[in-house]
Amino acid sequence: MHDKTLAQQAKSLAAGELTSVELVNHYLHRIEQLDSSLGTYLHVDADGARAAAAEADQRLQAGKGTALTGIPIAHKDVFCTADMPTTCGSRILQGYQSPFDATVVQKLRNAGCITMGKANMDEFAMGSSNENSYFGPVANPWKTDCVPGGSSGGSAAIVAGRLAAAATGTDTGGSIRQPAAFCGVTGIKPTYGRVSRYGMIAFASSLDQAGPIAQTAEDCALLLQAMSGHDPSDSTCSEKPVPDYTAELENDLKGLRIGVPQEYFTQGLDSDVGDAVQTALKELERAGATLKSISLPNQQHCIPAYYVIAPAEASSNLSRFDGVRFGHRCDDPKDINDLYTRTRAEGFGKEVKRRILIGTYALSAGYYDAYYRKAQQVRQLISDDFAKAFETVDVIAGPTTPSVAFARGARITDPVSMYLIDLYTVSANLSGLPGLSAPCGFADKLPIGLQLIGPAFQESRLLNVAHSFQHMTDWHTRVPVAMQ
Amino acid sequence: MALTSKEIESIAYLARLGMEPDEPEQFAADVSNVLDMVTQLQAIDTDGVEPMAHPGNATLTLRADKVLEHPTREKLQAAAPDVADGYFLVPRVIE
Repeated sequence: MHDKTLAQQAKSLAAGELTSVELVNHYLHRIEQLDSSLGTYLHVDADGARAAAAEADQRLQAGKGTALTGIPIAHKDVFCTADMPTTCGSRILQGYQSPFDATVVQKLRNAGCITMGKANMDEFAMGSSNENSYFGPVANPWKTDCVPGGSSGGSAAIVAGRLAAAATGTDTGGSIRQPAAFCGVTGIKPTYGRVSRYGMIAFASSLDQAGPIAQTAEDCALLLQAMSGHDPSDSTCSEKPVPDYTAELENDLKGLRIGVPQEYFTQGLDSDVGDAVQTALKELERAGATLKSISLPNQQHCIPAYYVIAPAEASSNLSRFDGVRFGHRCDDPKDINDLYTRTRAEGFGKEVKRRILIGTYALSAGYYDAYYRKAQQVRQLISDDFAKAFETVDVIAGPTTPSVAFARGARITDPVSMYLIDLYTVSANLSGLPGLSAPCGFADKLPIGLQLIGPAFQESRLLNVAHSFQHMTDWHTRVPVAMQ
Repeated sequence: MALTSKEIESIAYLARLGMEPDEPEQFAADVSNVLDMVTQLQAIDTDGVEPMAHPGNATLTLRADKVLEHPTREKLQAAAPDVADGYFLVPRVIE
């Protein structure tokens, strides 16, 4: 059952060849058997999932099922859930119970998805290796001494390990695409404002966006359909109508203009990854697309701009964790300052503290113009580069990451080397553009990701290109031996 | 751009973040490395460029001014560490 894609499972459910209860029990069994070696789930709601599956089966039998009725998924633990704990991978939220569901959670429930549980993640979505979770690291299902990527490392490893049909993720600087690449699965970060951020614990509010991680582009299209749309509870959520994401999946690539940024194929890119991506681009060319070399001249400034803007916004967002209204509080505070400082010292991990310090410094009096304002100006230049590129191309393609997954422990002590993993992904967040990663090969038995970036609100086109690529290749069908 | 342990301590205080005795020194090195990386921004010509606060300069949408149901105070306060009579309790702040 788990070797089927989400779309195939949905067909079997609708045809009555499979029940949701069977599917949920199958995944629960797999989680019990396999997850102790991976650490992907922070919480599994077996009873809740079985009950929801039984209800879904009734709807299916009554002919009232919709595209996702009875499909078991996991939610990244950044999304608030009313019926299970939400920790965001942090000690400061250990045991936190939200009084409401995030809009994404609610929409997927309404669409018929079964929530299996909550996926492990880097604390407050800060990290590229899932080593920053207070509750322990996640292993890459392809090689368990390697990282799964981050921050949606649990979500990507759940899909790669076939421990749910799909999972939600969030992407602030690459946190859907990078783990999708490292784990050999497909993930899309939609345009900023496409999906509601209500109930999604904020990291950097002008960059954060939720999206699906699944086996295929078709699966992502089905999930994104249910997740997208305006939400009155998030004023940055777009009122643009949501197109039918499956309608254009089969479109011909003939005449499609693909821009290949020369800055993505320079030093810093592993040759194995570069070769696999070039081969993928040739496949797309054979399918009728034309390749055009383009330039994104401010590419080298993306990481520096990001590491001012994201920590600045984070330091502001994380001020709400003060030991007063929710979450951890230190024992016996002697005064209010002691309560704040000790609660936060005990509750936050090292990387979160590091980013709070960077952000607080960048926003402090006397440094604001030199760092934050400057970074926002550079952000505009980066965004202008894309606007110019999209005058002559329809999509941009390149590697998702400069290397395949690295060994656990290899980069954790050197923050700057960890930050550089997001070299090719942060620009889509800074510009608010949709980005997708799809598997396109292997190096050293670890998956490689092909990244596609599109103009704002052109998710359909990215899904179309990735779906066409998945017709021509079988990288997305590979499963780690231990997980078969 | 090298920050001292003292500077880290004062930034940490602004953020109400407690530090173990050995932490200011560690963080001074880490944060200095990151600041070194971001200083390249200073060399970029941004004269006349409007700072970009938000993608697409999206206009924010407002909802209709209607009364909506939200989780009740009891439900929200159930997650708080210390509550009495509908109030969040903290150590005395006014002598």
